[in-house]
Amino acid sequence: MRFLRRLVGLFVAARTVRELARRPDEEPRIVEPGEPDPRAEAAVIVLLLLAAAAAVLFVVAYALEWSTQVLGGALGASLALVAAALLVVGARLVVTEELAEEYPRTGTPEEQDAVARIVRESGSRFTRKRLLGAAAATAGGALGAALVTPALSLGPALDTSQLNETPWRRGLRLVDRDGRPYTAQDIEDAFYTAFPEGADPKAIGSPIVLVRLDPGELRLPRGRERWAPDGIVAYSKICTHAGCAVALYRNPKFEPAQPDRALVCPCHYSTFDVATGGTVLFGPAGRPLPQLPLMVDAGGDMRAAGGFSGPVGPSWWGVRSS
Amino acid sequence: MRRDPLRDPIRFVDERTGAAPFARKALRYLFPDHWSFLLGEVALYAFVVLVATGIFLTLFFEPSLAKTVYDGSYEPLRGAEMSHAYRSAVELSFDVKAGLLFRQTHHWAADVFVAAIVAHLLRIFFTGAFRKPRELTYLIGLAMLFLGLLEGYLGYSMVDDLLSGMGLAIGYGVALSLPLIGGNLALLIWGGPYPGDPAFESRMYIGHVLLFPAILAALIGLHLALVAARHHTQFRDGRGQTGRRLVGVPAFPGQAPRSLGLLCAVASVLFLLGGLVQINPIWLWGPYETALGTNGAQPDWYLGWLIGGLRLVPGFDVVIGDRTVVPNPFWGGALFPLVVLAVLVAWSWIDRRITGSHGVHNVLDRPRDAPLRTAFGLGFLTWIFLVFFAGSSDRFFVFLGISYEAQIWFWRFGVWIIPAIVAVAAFRSCRALQQFERVEATREAAEEEARALSAPPEPERAQPRG
Repeated sequence: MRFLRRLVGLFVAARTVRELARRPDEEPRIVEPGEPDPRAEAAVIVLLLLAAAAAVLFVVAYALEWSTQVLGGALGASLALVAAALLVVGARLVVTEELAEEYPRTGTPEEQDAVARIVRESGSRFTRKRLLGAAAATAGGALGAALVTPALSLGPALDTSQLNETPWRRGLRLVDRDGRPYTAQDIEDAFYTAFPEGADPKAIGSPIVLVRLDPGELRLPRGRERWAPDGIVAYSKICTHAGCAVALYRNPKFEPAQPDRALVCPCHYSTFDVATGGTVLFGPAGRPLPQLPLMVDAGGDMRAAGGFSGPVGPSWWGVRSS
Repeated sequence: MRRDPLRDPIRFVDERTGAAPFARKALRYLFPDHWSFLLGEVALYAFVVLVATGIFLTLFFEPSLAKTVYDGSYEPLRGAEMSHAYRSAVELSFDVKAGLLFRQTHHWAADVFVAAIVAHLLRIFFTGAFRKPRELTYLIGLAMLFLGLLEGYLGYSMVDDLLSGMGLAIGYGVALSLPLIGGNLALLIWGGPYPGDPAFESRMYIGHVLLFPAILAALIGLHLALVAARHHTQFRDGRGQTGRRLVGVPAFPGQAPRSLGLLCAVASVLFLLGGLVQINPIWLWGPYETALGTNGAQPDWYLGWLIGGLRLVPGFDVVIGDRTVVPNPFWGGALFPLVVLAVLVAWSWIDRRITGSHGVHNVLDRPRDAPLRTAFGLGFLTWIFLVFFAGSSDRFFVFLGISYEAQIWFWRFGVWIIPAIVAVAAFRSCRALQQFERVEATREAAEEEARALSAPPEPERAQPRG
């Protein structure tokens, strides 16, 4: 009988323990309940499996070196299928109830006050606050400047005169990109790019354009009468606006032969008159293309007869304006 | 004790970090349900794709201007002298498996990243979401937009193809044009006169792959933390929203699948674009040299407004004596974007002045609710867009034969006149809409009254007046 009572007692105890263990499930829910949706679940499973298939296709395409289109298509499709699966989950399988809550307080005045007091009271032993502040600012400023100074190693920042420099000197031969000298006969009614012999062709002061005009067409500024032997004029190829290569030659070959011949920069369409010393016809450039005086030596090779008429390339504060 | 695969790890983490209360709050953070709130998320997810694809690219790209000769599988460039930067970018496109997919996806993601930020900014601007207490969130957003532009510019500039070089030359010209410091600054950045020191390539590279992405990531974190700290704004659309009461879907489970779905959708679109739609075919441009340029060179869309600005300014330098003081590229290339940035930054204060509203704004305006803001915003947007549009005048010349010079002259006036017209029209439309709503409300009230009068009288339950 005692045994039976113990058995019942044990049974009751076990049930209580089980109840206790089960209790969390019976707590009030935090997330709202909702109806199951087996069709949506099936759709999600199908979408995820299709996504897996597309991902496998990507790996296969990678291994077999299929085209970029297949690679991108497979990866994009796989991601799109996962996105679709997630959207079905969001729309049909989880609760999307709207809840409401209070916005957080905008500002906590008592805490603001405490912060201010902690800072102020911490400084109560200082008697010469202004002087200390000035000293600290001096130290901070000087130390900051010291730490920034090594940034000057980045470049020769203080010497802007080198922005002006070009390799062109009187007597330097004009060569093409492969180093072959230009002769006057090489220059026909077209557009040529030349470089100073032996210099770095990539330097901003190196490239020039050569065009041949009828000497009668030339209206060069005074003092440049002898700069264009046989009507061949040379200008810096670097636009005085923003530094692009002036790579276009407007050269109408048949009627109407207007507008007239000009060098045009493809970046912002600054347009320079080849007959008048590179003056600006249109566009944003603020000064003419620098002209290079030319001469033809006894062997017929073209040579520079001096340096450019003005600074090469885009302008900066303090550069000569022509 | 019974094992519980969910509670055990949660307990493990909470007992060691105390994170459970925070996690609970985060799971029940409320997201107002409106499609326009997803634009910022699109930008975030484009950034995720940018980082993922960008890491892949860094494993192959060689940021060096040292000379080499190309002998990869792209026939037309074989034997051409070029930098290692350009060679490795071309090889990445043709000789690295999936390389072209990742390069193009990266490029598309950059374009989408900036586009999503701009769309997000428009939403924030025209609904007044930038107002107190969210001004800092707004300013950080603007910082990210402009950093994004710089980051994109560096990204396509370091490839050292012809288009890169033309863009860098312009960048150099604009840097030089800054008043007083331009010459010094350009020499510092480039390490010497253009094309600069070979180390300039390394500078762009470390900026593009580490410095600016790290700053962007930090700002994204701060931006999101600030959004969460003040909670989202919301529209008042009859679901019980007020300035004190936020109505929305909790992060978990309601918002999470949507948001993750959006991540996958954004990534999907970007990989589809990267795989199927060619972008920046660098092998066609060829290697860059200072002396080379090509017609029809257009930058990525987000720099188009600067090209337009540079092209529209009439040809003049500010000159004193025989010395240039302010070179021309300053106006379109530096002042224009600085003015745009300054106006956007100042707007949170200007808005307070013109609306006279200094309080806390958790409820969004509809554009019509703030006619002055809407009018100014649309005029401002039109101004920038028209300058952007004018930047494509050369394409209209090539395709339609409309004189380039005539177009530029038209836009030199049009970019001022048309935005003014748009602003006035927008202001009047807002006022008309407000008026319409007032009339509607009066009419509804009158109908209500008429119904009440025609209903049978209920003398005993009459409501007291007032």
